[in-house]
Order: sequence, then C-alpha cells, then structure tokens
Amino acid sequence: MCLPQIRPAHPRADSSYEDGAPPAGRQIGQIPTDFPVPVADVLRSLAGRGDAGTDFGLTLTLRQPSMLAVMSTPSITPAIHVQGLEKSYKELRVLRGVDLDVARGSIFALLGSNGAGKTTMVKILSTLLKADSGTARVNGFDVATQAAGVRESISLTGQFAAVDEILTGRENLVLIARLRHLRDPGPIADDLLRRFSLTEAGGRRAATYSGGMRRRLDIAMSLIGNPPVIFLDEPTAGLDPEARIEVWQAVRELAAGGTTVLLTTQYLEEAEQLADRIAILHQGRIIVNGTLAELKQLLPPAKVEYIEKQPSLEDVFLAVVGENTVVGENKE
Amino acid sequence: MATHFLGDTAVLTGRTMRHVTRSLDTIITTAITPVAIMLLFVYVFGGAIDTGSVSYVNYMLPGILLITIASGISYTAFRLFGDIQGGIFERFQSMPIARSGVLWAHVLTSLVANVISLVVVVGVALLMGFRSGAGVPAWLAVAGILILFTLSLTWMAVIPGLTAKTVDGASAFAYPLIFLPFISSAFVPTDTMPGPVRAFAEHQPVTSIVDAIRHLLTGQPVGTAIWTALAWCVGILVVAYFFANVVYRRRIS
Repeated sequence: MCLPQIRPAHPRADSSYEDGAPPAGRQIGQIPTDFPVPVADVLRSLAGRGDAGTDFGLTLTLRQPSMLAVMSTPSITPAIHVQGLEKSYKELRVLRGVDLDVARGSIFALLGSNGAGKTTMVKILSTLLKADSGTARVNGFDVATQAAGVRESISLTGQFAAVDEILTGRENLVLIARLRHLRDPGPIADDLLRRFSLTEAGGRRAATYSGGMRRRLDIAMSLIGNPPVIFLDEPTAGLDPEARIEVWQAVRELAAGGTTVLLTTQYLEEAEQLADRIAILHQGRIIVNGTLAELKQLLPPAKVEYIEKQPSLEDVFLAVVGENTVVGENKE
Repeated sequence: MATHFLGDTAVLTGRTMRHVTRSLDTIITTAITPVAIMLLFVYVFGGAIDTGSVSYVNYMLPGILLITIASGISYTAFRLFGDIQGGIFERFQSMPIARSGVLWAHVLTSLVANVISLVVVVGVALLMGFRSGAGVPAWLAVAGILILFTLSLTWMAVIPGLTAKTVDGASAFAYPLIFLPFISSAFVPTDTMPGPVRAFAEHQPVTSIVDAIRHLLTGQPVGTAIWTALAWCVGILVVAYFFANVVYRRRIS
C-alpha cells in the first residue's frame, strides 16, 4: 500500500517504546495489512467531490464514515466496544448514535469541542451514567448489566483531578489501594510515588500540590490495581505547558505497560502526540475515526511548501523556563 | 459486594475521620455556638426565667445538646458536597467498592465528630455548674437518644449534601434545625407561651426529646416523654434514610 509522504508528526512511534515492543494489537499510523479495502481509496472516494476540500467541506461530506472504524479494527475482542449509543438530557441530544471500538493496549483519543459529548461518553463507559439506548462493553462487560465487572476493569481520571486535598499524596494512594482490596498498600504507594516523581511530595497534603503534580497523583491513583482500561477525561485541561508534558509522559508510561487508554481532549496536539487512533466526536456522532495517517489523508495530498521555521511561543517558553524543571523532575 | 461493605466503609470512614482530625476547627465551631448560647442564657437571660427548683444550667443543657447536634451535622452536608465537587465522589463510584459505604462513611464520621462536640459542650456546662445525680443507666439512655437524634439528622443532612448546587445551599438547611429548640421547652417552660406558639412548641419533636433527656438527667420519672422522643427520632431516621437513599440512587445512576 502506498502512503503519501507525511511528516513524521507522530513522535510516539519513535520515542515511546524504548522499554520494548509495542503491545500486541497496537497500530502506529499504519493501516493493517489484512485490511479489505484500501482505506485511502475509500476516503478519497468519500472526499473526492472535487479538490475544493477545505476541512469544513470534508466534515459535511463525511457524516457516516464511522463504519471505517469497524472495518479497520483487529479481529480480537476490543477493550471498548460501543454501538449505537444515545443519551439525551431532557431535550438536549448529547449522543446521537455513537459507534466505536478501542483495540486492547492502544491509546485512543476522543477529540471534540466543548459540549460535544466527550464527558458523557466517558461517564457512560465508567458506569456513572446510563445510556438511553445502544450498547457499550468495556473489557467484555456490558456497562448496563455487568457494571460491577466494568468497575473491576477500569479506572477513571475525571475532568478535575479527583484527589483528596486533605490527605497527603501517599495517603491518597494508600486509600485507593485499600479500596481495591490490595495487600501491602504501603509499598504500592511508595512505588507509584517514585514512578511519578512524587516521592518528596508524598508526605505533603495534596492541597499544596501544583496542577501538574495533582494530575500526576490523580493518574497514579488510577494505576493502582493495574486495571486493563483507563479513562482520562481531558487530562491536561487547565494545565500549563510544563505540566502538560509531565502528564503526557505519564500517559505514555501507562500505555507502555499495555493498558488501554481512552482519553478525551480538545487539544489537537495532544491527540497527535499520544494517540494510536483518533476519533472526532461532533454533535453527538463520531464523524471521523482512524489513525493520524488516515486522518491526514482526508485532506488533499500534502503540498510541498517552503516556509521559514520560526520557533513557536511554546518552544520559547519551554526553552526559557520549562526544560530545566521538567527534565529535573522526571529524572530520578 | 456485601463482603466488602464493612471493610470499604471502614476505609472510607478512616478517610473522612482524617478530615475531621485535620480540621479540628470544625469541632470547635460546632461546639462554640452552643457554648455561646449557653453562656448568654445562663448568665444574661437565665436569671429572669423561672424554672422552679431546677438550676437554669441544668434546665437548658438538653436543648443546648440538641443545638450542638443540629450545627454539627451540617458538616456532613458540607463534606459530601465537597466530595462531589472535587470529583472524588465519582472516582469512588467508578471503583469496585460497596457503593453504600460512601454514605455510611460520612454518617459514621458525623456520629464520632458530634460525640466529641457533645463531650466538649458538657465539659463547659460542668464548669458552669451543671450537675446531675443521674446514674449510669440514665446516662446511657441519654447517650442513646443523642446518638439516635444525630443519626436521624445526619441522614437528613445527606440529602442537601447530595443535591446542593452551592456550598451555602449544602449547609443552609441546618439553620431552621438550630432554631427549632428556641420554640420548645428547651429554654423556657412552654406554659408561658401564647396559645398557638405553645401548641406548636409542645407538639414538635424537640420538646419531647428535651423533656426526656432533662428527666433522665435530673432523676425524675421519664413517663411517656421518652417514648414520644424515641418515636420522633426513629420516625425522622426512617424517613430521612429512605429519601437520602432515593436521592443517592438517582445521583449515581
């Protein structure tokens, strides 16, 4: 299969598997070889109403391609399987038939603007909310009828870092370990504090933590008991650039351990940085679903342009203040 | 699930108890209003109130204890509201734990915190000359009534804790409860009140509970007051528990 040359905009593929090979079933910007129809052809035929394809036009023409997701899913049972999911709050139809599959061990980004229904999706999948219709299975358990099984299989990191501010970081971790009925909560907590560079802060109350530290603690709490599926609802919302990079690092570590991660975000760059697959949720439907490479093919082939490479403000910011702290904190 | 209920509730209660022990001001503020009212009534108004042969501090302590509980339980609503706002409530709900344990932890914590506040208030009353000739069984009966009253009001507090939109809303429901003892036999004998007020005062729960505790502490026969008091406590408890659980189920599903 011939893919157009695309900038290596997927740094994960290169950088995040130092610990070993990617888990089975993970795809990195590649279309599976057993794929029946060339994705690119399908997409081009869908998008091919002339070359006027601005992304707005594409969005309109691509209302139903969520079947692409089904077609390109590997044959093993997906970690998350969603079909025809609908949810309304009174008059407001938040989800209007969402279909999606998340392969085991992959990072799946659900992208959408505010109010697109991302949080509603996550709440339904984590058994906090009941869907009006449709089915959803997580780790093989039905969220409606086998909620207990789902809860055994997941961890939820909600939109706001759900840590207990009055407890210390270590106590937060011990609390969750006890609630997961694990033996030796102490060593588990200490180990996580070390992995998330929180050892020194472990004895301080979480209320004294910075935004990034709180999020790292939050994610560390989600890891306890090694649940196979983790939901991260806007994990970097409201964080400064350094903290965001810290969180990304934490998410990559998670995935490196084989955990399936479904994350929601409204930051395009975040999806680009982390996700194996990306779905765009818009007005209650998945309008696009694929790998980054597949998504990029929705647009006309890349044109070669010569532009002056200016450092972005983020580059400047990180160069001036970020690099030292981040590197320093992540080093053990 | 049931097998984890006790363990999970114990772990969660340990968490909320830390909230109490790390902000001891909640116990102090719970005790300070009743103590201030006690000082005001005993040393300012009390002289003008005729309570017969009973010393005024002995007379009004039962009412003060109920006010202590009424102001103490609002912290349950406050803490529960904080859990929901902070997102940790959802985290617990998404975990494989006994779900009712989340509420029971708050209720048990309220019980312990209120007992501590009550002990502080009784201690101050002792300094102000409160004396009781009651024996151990009578004190146990008093403790039983107070614990039952705390339980019923705490379950009541769970409802605004789960439904409030603002932190003020979560604790505002306690004000009428704090006010209720003033229109009862807690501070003045009801026979001095005008007709309709007296009718209300004599038939609201606080009067029977106050009378029962007062009779127990002063060694008088309790008569039927204690049964009326228990009926009120159990009645409020059952209704509050029922509605709290209805609200909780609606909240988590």
